[in-house]
Order: sequence, then structure tokens, then C-alpha cells
Amino acid sequence: MKKNGKHLFIKDLKKNWVLWLMLMPVTAFFLINNYLPMVGIYFAFTDFNFRDGLFGSPFVGLKNFEFLWKSNILWRLTRNTILYNIVFILLGNVCQAFMAILVSLLSCKRFKKITQTMIFMPYFTSYVILSVVVYNLFNYENGLINGIVTNMGHEPINFYGTPAYWPFLITFFHIWKGLGYGMVVYLATILGISNELHEAAIVDGANILQRIKYIIIPHIKPTFIILLLYAIGGIMRGQFQLFYQIVGNNGLLFETTDIIDTYVYRVSTTSMEFGMGTAAGLYQSVFGLVLVVTVNWLIKRKDDELALF
Amino acid sequence: MKIKKATSTYIFEILTYFILVVTSVICVIPFLIIISGSFSSNESILLEGYALIPREFSLEGYRTIFENAKGIIRAYGVTIYCTVVGTLVGLIITAMTGYVLSRKEFRYRNRISFLIYFTTLFGGGMVPWYYMYSGVLGLKGTLLVLWLPGLVAPFYVVLMRTFVKGSLPDEIAEAAKIDGAGQWMIFCRIAMPVLKPGLATIGLFLALNYWNDWYRSSMFSVDSSTWELQYYLYNMINKAEAAKGIAAEAGIVITDLPSESMKMAMAVVVTGPVLLVYPFVQKYFVSGIMIGAVKG
Repeated sequence: MKKNGKHLFIKDLKKNWVLWLMLMPVTAFFLINNYLPMVGIYFAFTDFNFRDGLFGSPFVGLKNFEFLWKSNILWRLTRNTILYNIVFILLGNVCQAFMAILVSLLSCKRFKKITQTMIFMPYFTSYVILSVVVYNLFNYENGLINGIVTNMGHEPINFYGTPAYWPFLITFFHIWKGLGYGMVVYLATILGISNELHEAAIVDGANILQRIKYIIIPHIKPTFIILLLYAIGGIMRGQFQLFYQIVGNNGLLFETTDIIDTYVYRVSTTSMEFGMGTAAGLYQSVFGLVLVVTVNWLIKRKDDELALF
Repeated sequence: MKIKKATSTYIFEILTYFILVVTSVICVIPFLIIISGSFSSNESILLEGYALIPREFSLEGYRTIFENAKGIIRAYGVTIYCTVVGTLVGLIITAMTGYVLSRKEFRYRNRISFLIYFTTLFGGGMVPWYYMYSGVLGLKGTLLVLWLPGLVAPFYVVLMRTFVKGSLPDEIAEAAKIDGAGQWMIFCRIAMPVLKPGLATIGLFLALNYWNDWYRSSMFSVDSSTWELQYYLYNMINKAEAAKGIAAEAGIVITDLPSESMKMAMAVVVTGPVLLVYPFVQKYFVSGIMIGAVKG
């Protein structure tokens, strides 16, 4: 059986050698960028330093994981990462679907186009610019919000020193940045609804709210569910750029804003604890994989069509 | 009956317009604040804060930037170089991959697609990835490492495969094969021309990612010669913040720090090209997202 498979492979290689050749660059890319670095998972079990290299650094077993566990860091990171993602996924999708419904019902084509262009704008700017935006609005000395607050006769608010504000602010800016993109996804589904359905409903005397309730929402529900399910698979992966550019190395805010990805980046680049960084990253990857496989298995049992793989 | 229907629709329309206008304004205002800041005098920002309309019009922010423009021009060059080279190379690789993975006669297409998709599920993490490029390949401080890691993304491959399936019917490829065309010929002469919209879409996604990248510069730079534009801006902001903190503690006044208006002018210079171009290329992104959404 196995010999047969090998035989088939060689036969295919001979027959489709041009196609295989065309896959060479992409193979090289994923080997270098993704598959070979997996060997480096070994770092997680060492006290890694660059001088001794990959296999020369002292082996410490599970000590890195033990530290992460005992110092409660792992708990805080996991909690933050998952909670943020749950809110991002649910609230993000609801907002995107809501805006898509509104835009789809507009009759003025021109207005439709202009709003879509404006709402899409934040998607095109970098996270560095996002950090500038947040800073302009919320910094203590000359932020716009504090300008308004002091104008009304109150004391300025120290946003950058108060962890409690940031879950809301980060969520807001995440949704702000992705609204245009997600709206297009839902618009694609809404545009797929045949016009006849709407016309028939209008003839039957359905008003606009009834049409939303009985035609549009049932139609976008599958998209909503699929996007939700796919997103659950990535619930352990944090939005590194978002958090790092907004919070940076401001230790005052870590309690509510530190996620796995920012922690890995920080311990690896500033305190050079590569073993610890790899350990936290591995924990994230394995936990994430287990989640995806479980979710996929559950979907497959319900509906084979929807499964990811 | 008829009138009642009309009023409810009327109220709904007003509400819709209201919500959409407010949302649009929220999406655009932050950029207006940046632009306004870049045209304000530094003193007015320090004394009265940021505002929507410059409190005291001034070009000093831009003047300071262009007076010592060497670093910025360098960073602009690095970013343009990475964007052009990375987008072109990435596009060719993605197109070839998408083509091969959509060929029915290619027995291993599903297995290879899964291997590409699997990289989004599991990985070694940041540290081994970094070690691969800097330690094993020794690319630290080069320009190559700024664009190499961004060449291919699983999402683009899936998108390209969908584009190929949609625009190159199997019958046409079969007919060309019967006429004696090889796979490479079919790819270059038949697939590439009909794939133009797909290439434009994925090319723009790639270009946007390269233009907005700061991460690879921050990971792999040894000096400012390989700073991308975004990372140049990032450094300018953070250096100023750090220095301000130290100066405040020590009670010294530092005068030649990047001023607030200068930072905003820099932000405008960095994002300007994207904001000028995107309204015209938006439709390619929309078509890409729509196709990706159907078969994510």
C-alpha cells in the first residue's frame, strides 16, 4: 500500500513536473517561514542564549512553563487574550452586520459610496498611525478629550495611567479599524438576496423593519455563524500590532492589556528571555490548535459542509 | 394604511442616514485631527491641545521635517523598494501557487493546500521565526529580510485559487492542452491575462501590507539605514516621549525634540500616499474581500 503511494507520487512528479516546479518558490517560503522554525520549539525547554545557539543552550526541561504557571502570568495572559477576543468577535460582527444592513437599504447610490469609503478608511492606515490617533485623543497634557474635559471645568483624566479605561478603548479602536472590512463581507451576503424576495414582501405590505427581520437577518445568519466559528479557532491569537502600538511598554496598563503576543515580544526583545518567550508562544500555539480541532470536530458532527478541514 | 407605511419608512430612513453619517464622521475625524495638528504651531498644541481646526496656522512642522529630510528620504526609499519588490515577487509566487492548486489533474492539490492552511493553525512562534531569519540565515540588517517574510500569506493563496477557478474554465485549459500547450504556456498565455482583476486585488493587499509594515524593521534592523517609513515615525514618536519623561524628571528643558506639530506632519507624510490612492483602488479590495468571504 505504502509502496503504491510512493509509486504514484513519482509518477505524478514525472507527469506534472512543470506544476511541481511552479510550486518550488512557495514550498521554499513556507519551509523557511513556518515549518523549519518549528524545530525552534526546542527553545521552550532551554535557557536559550545566542552565544550557545539552538542546541548548545542549557536544557531546563519544563522550568520555563513552571515559571509562567507559578507566577500567575499565564493565567493573566490567557484571560486577557480570550476575553478580548470574545468581545472583538461578538461585538465586531454585530456592528459590521448592523452597518451592512443599513448601507444596503440606502436608496441614494452616491451617499452609499461615500459612507462606505469613509468607513473603510481606518482599515488602510497602519497601526503606528493608530497609536498617533489614540495619543492625540487621550494624552494627559494636550489630548482632545482632555481639552474638552478641562473646558467643561473638570480635572483632566489620566488615561495612560489608569488600566480600567483601556479594555473599552482598545475594543473601540479594534472595531473602528475593522468596521469597513467586515461590512463588505456582510454586504456581499446581503447583495446575494434576490430582489424578488424584497418586492414580494413590499407587495404583501411588509415595512422596512419587517423586511430586515424576516428577510435580511435570516439570510446573514449563516455568514454570522460561520465567521463566529472560524474566529473561535483563533481565539488564542492576539492582535499584537493593535495592543503593542496602543499600549507599548507602558507597564501601568499591563494588568488589563497584556496579551500572550505582547508578552512574548517583550520578554524576547527587552529582557532577552528567549526560552521564556518561546514557551509562552508554544503554549499559545498548542492551546489554539486544540481549540481549532475541537471546534472543527463539533462543526463536522453538525454539518460537514461548514467544517474548516 | 399607505400613509402609515410611508411614515415608518421615512423615520427609518432618517435614522439610517443619521447613524451612517455619525459613523462615517467617527471614522474620519481622527485623521482630520492629525492633519490639523500638522498645520498648527507647536505652541498652540502644547498650550491648548489638539483641535479639529488649527488654532494657529503654521507650517513649521513640515519645515522642520524637510530641513533635515535625509532620514525620511532614506526611509521612503526603503519602504518603496520593499513595497515594489515584495509585491511583484509575492504576486508571481501566489499566482503560480493558485494556478497549480486549482488544476484538477494535480493529484496532490488538496494535501498541499492543507499544508499551507496548517501554518495558520500552528507555528513555532515569534522567537524561532526570528532566529530562523537572523541566526540561521544571517539576514539581520539587510533589506532582503524586510520583504522576504511578507511574500506569501495563506489567505492570498486561497483567494488566488478562487480567482483562477472563477476565471479560467477547465474546458479552456483542456482545449489548450489538446492543442499542445504545456502547463507553463497555459499559465503565462491564458491564465495570467484573464487573472488581471485577481492580480490587482492581491497585489494591492500585498502593497498595503508592505507600506504599513513597521514590525520587520523593528525586529531586524541594526541601524536606521533599514528603517521603513512606519518605523521611522514610530521611533520619532517614542523617542520624543521617552526623552520628555527623562527631562521632566531631571528638570531639564530639551529644545530640539521632535515637536508635536512635527510628529503630526510626519504622520501625514507617511500616510498621505495611501489615503490619496485608496478611494480609487477601493473596489479591488472590495472584490477581494467579497470573494474571500464566500469561500474563506
